[in-house]
Amino acid sequence: MIDVNLNSFRNQPDERGRFGMHGGRFVAETLMPLILQVESAYKAASTDDEFAKELAYYQTHYVGRPSPLYFAERLTAHYGGAKLYLKRDELNHTGAHKINNVLGQALLAKRMGKTRIIAETGAGQHGVATATACALFDMECEVFMGEEDVRRQKPNVDRMRLLGAKVHPVTSGTGTLKDAMNEALRYWVANAETHFYIIGTVAGPHPYPQMVRDFQSVIGKEARRQILDAEGRLPDTIVACIGGGSNAMGLFHPFLDDEDVTIYGVEAAGKGIPSGLHAASLTGGTPGVLHGNRTYLLQDEDGQIIDAHSISAGLDYPGIGPEHSWLHDMKRVNYVSATDEEALDAFQLCSRLEGIIPALEPSHALSFVGTVIGEMDKDQILILNMCGRGDKDLGAVLPMLEERGKL
Amino acid sequence: MSTRIKTAFANANAEGRGILGVFVTAGDPDAETSAAILDALVTSNVDIVELGMPFSDPMADGPAIQAASLRALKGGMTLAGTLEIARGFRQRHPDTPLVLMGYYNPIYIYGVDRFLAEASDAGVDGLIVVDLPPEEDDELCEPATAAGLDFIRLVTPTSDAGRLPTVLGSASGFVYYVAITGITGTRSAAGDSISAAYARVSAATDLPVVTGFGIRTPEQAGEAASRSDGAIVGSAVVEIIADNLGPDGKGMPETVSKIAAFVGDLAEGVAGKAG
Ligand SMILES: Cc1ncc(COP(=O)(O)O)c(C=O)c1O
Repeated sequence: MIDVNLNSFRNQPDERGRFGMHGGRFVAETLMPLILQVESAYKAASTDDEFAKELAYYQTHYVGRPSPLYFAERLTAHYGGAKLYLKRDELNHTGAHKINNVLGQALLAKRMGKTRIIAETGAGQHGVATATACALFDMECEVFMGEEDVRRQKPNVDRMRLLGAKVHPVTSGTGTLKDAMNEALRYWVANAETHFYIIGTVAGPHPYPQMVRDFQSVIGKEARRQILDAEGRLPDTIVACIGGGSNAMGLFHPFLDDEDVTIYGVEAAGKGIPSGLHAASLTGGTPGVLHGNRTYLLQDEDGQIIDAHSISAGLDYPGIGPEHSWLHDMKRVNYVSATDEEALDAFQLCSRLEGIIPALEPSHALSFVGTVIGEMDKDQILILNMCGRGDKDLGAVLPMLEERGKL
Repeated sequence: MSTRIKTAFANANAEGRGILGVFVTAGDPDAETSAAILDALVTSNVDIVELGMPFSDPMADGPAIQAASLRALKGGMTLAGTLEIARGFRQRHPDTPLVLMGYYNPIYIYGVDRFLAEASDAGVDGLIVVDLPPEEDDELCEPATAAGLDFIRLVTPTSDAGRLPTVLGSASGFVYYVAITGITGTRSAAGDSISAAYARVSAATDLPVVTGFGIRTPEQAGEAASRSDGAIVGSAVVEIIADNLGPDGKGMPETVSKIAAFVGDLAEGVAGKAG
């Protein structure tokens, strides 16, 4: 047997887009030629200095990168354990990490001569980021969003409309992210020759999981440099929330070969794993094939997909990026979960103690941090990916806090 | 290649016409009606029956077939149930080719080997699995072919000359030309574009090439069958089920008789007798 630890965790996927058994290209033939084109265009762009330079220009001057790595002193004191640093991607233009990936893919679309863009969105952050890039680069933008999410993330719907995007509410299924992705794929099948599909997370057919990871890895690369500057050493633990897994892959990937760094991905446990009403594909799912890749999915014994449940529209997805599935199988990353109620508490705690209103998505990650950081030594370091800000969630969260007598 | 499929094309050819294939979803709207609908297809002169394996997330299907899948699942249909329907069909109809069509995940979860063994045993002739391009041939195409089942490929307007050999290399049974860039049940293709595609695709394969997606009327079926080796109709048939459900959501005698009448018209269209 080969000792897998002798190999790098950073050299996936293989040429078929496989991360171990996960990933691949499970799409209709109509899309295959296009996906192969995207793959070769991305391969060429990723070794082209001009492309890197152009992307870096927009990351610096438009997005506001690098995002700060902030020592959260009051949360650290509150938990009474390791030092907590927040990677402040919520300060990015448009308010989340999603823009990192969107700019990369929009520039790729531009290189390919495509000016019509499709996107799916859950929380609306990816939709807003895509609508933003389309305004910036003068592209046409169509966003597919579940009707339930249209309701609970209304401010983002308004932003997309203002930016000039057309928002298609999706009524099939439960009207959440999975259904939005189905509909975006159907639309893409019908418009394969003219449109570029900007997928918002590290899922979908190859090369998307790899490409989105590469664009999001700017988070982890910066964090690594920043923590070395601030503390002169690597963190002991890094933590991120997981919907499809893009902010998490972005933070994790540059640290995967640092054996001493413990890594946690936090899925949404909704009303609790035993309730069955959750979005924790790794904790509560099995491998299957959906949306172009093999990965862990919430599904029944007949292979029918089960709808996910989460307070957070951005985590409300029955799948997960294939690289996470592989890292789970390899036991390199620990996948855990936090419930709706736990996330709500963390949402409020972070707002009160740090003056930072987090999105509901990273509130899940912060909630989990609360369960481990107190046990760590005071000279240890934990980095949390603060991947989005909570403005979009106020409409949904405030009534819940009031109902619980917490506000 | 399955003998039944081969014979169906040979018979149609001898009659100077293309084949008529009809798609319905297994268990739509319930198992019993579904079996009766399949019988009606045979008596209405369908040459090849395509039986949909219901899936919760049919990525390449429009609203009509999505709804059919959901009706079937709500009625309790499973992949095991679909195989039972197939087995019953084969016992009643020893000669009509039966092809299962759907998405990979339910098969993957059932277990590829178990599925192939049971499908062969049930008398299934071929498989069409929408989300398995040739790049994933080792998943199902290769073991299916080894098990004696035809693996029918979809070829689309985006499958260009460079790609056709890849797509057709591992194809068997017949080739399903998807006449539109799009999902099922949406738009229809123009006759000229079918002829051009037929010339292009049939030059690259010895297999018969049939046309589907967006064929809704006996006239369109006749046109597609005259410009290629056959026509496949799905959404237009499935919509008749949706429009003729009993108050309990189950099938009624008219559900079956209306489908029989419509499919009879389609068969006349394909035989060049439409209108
Ligand atoms: C702020 C924020 N975090 C996380 C996510 C989940 O996506 P991912 O797991 O790809 O980072 C979203 C998705 O909408 C989001 O808006």
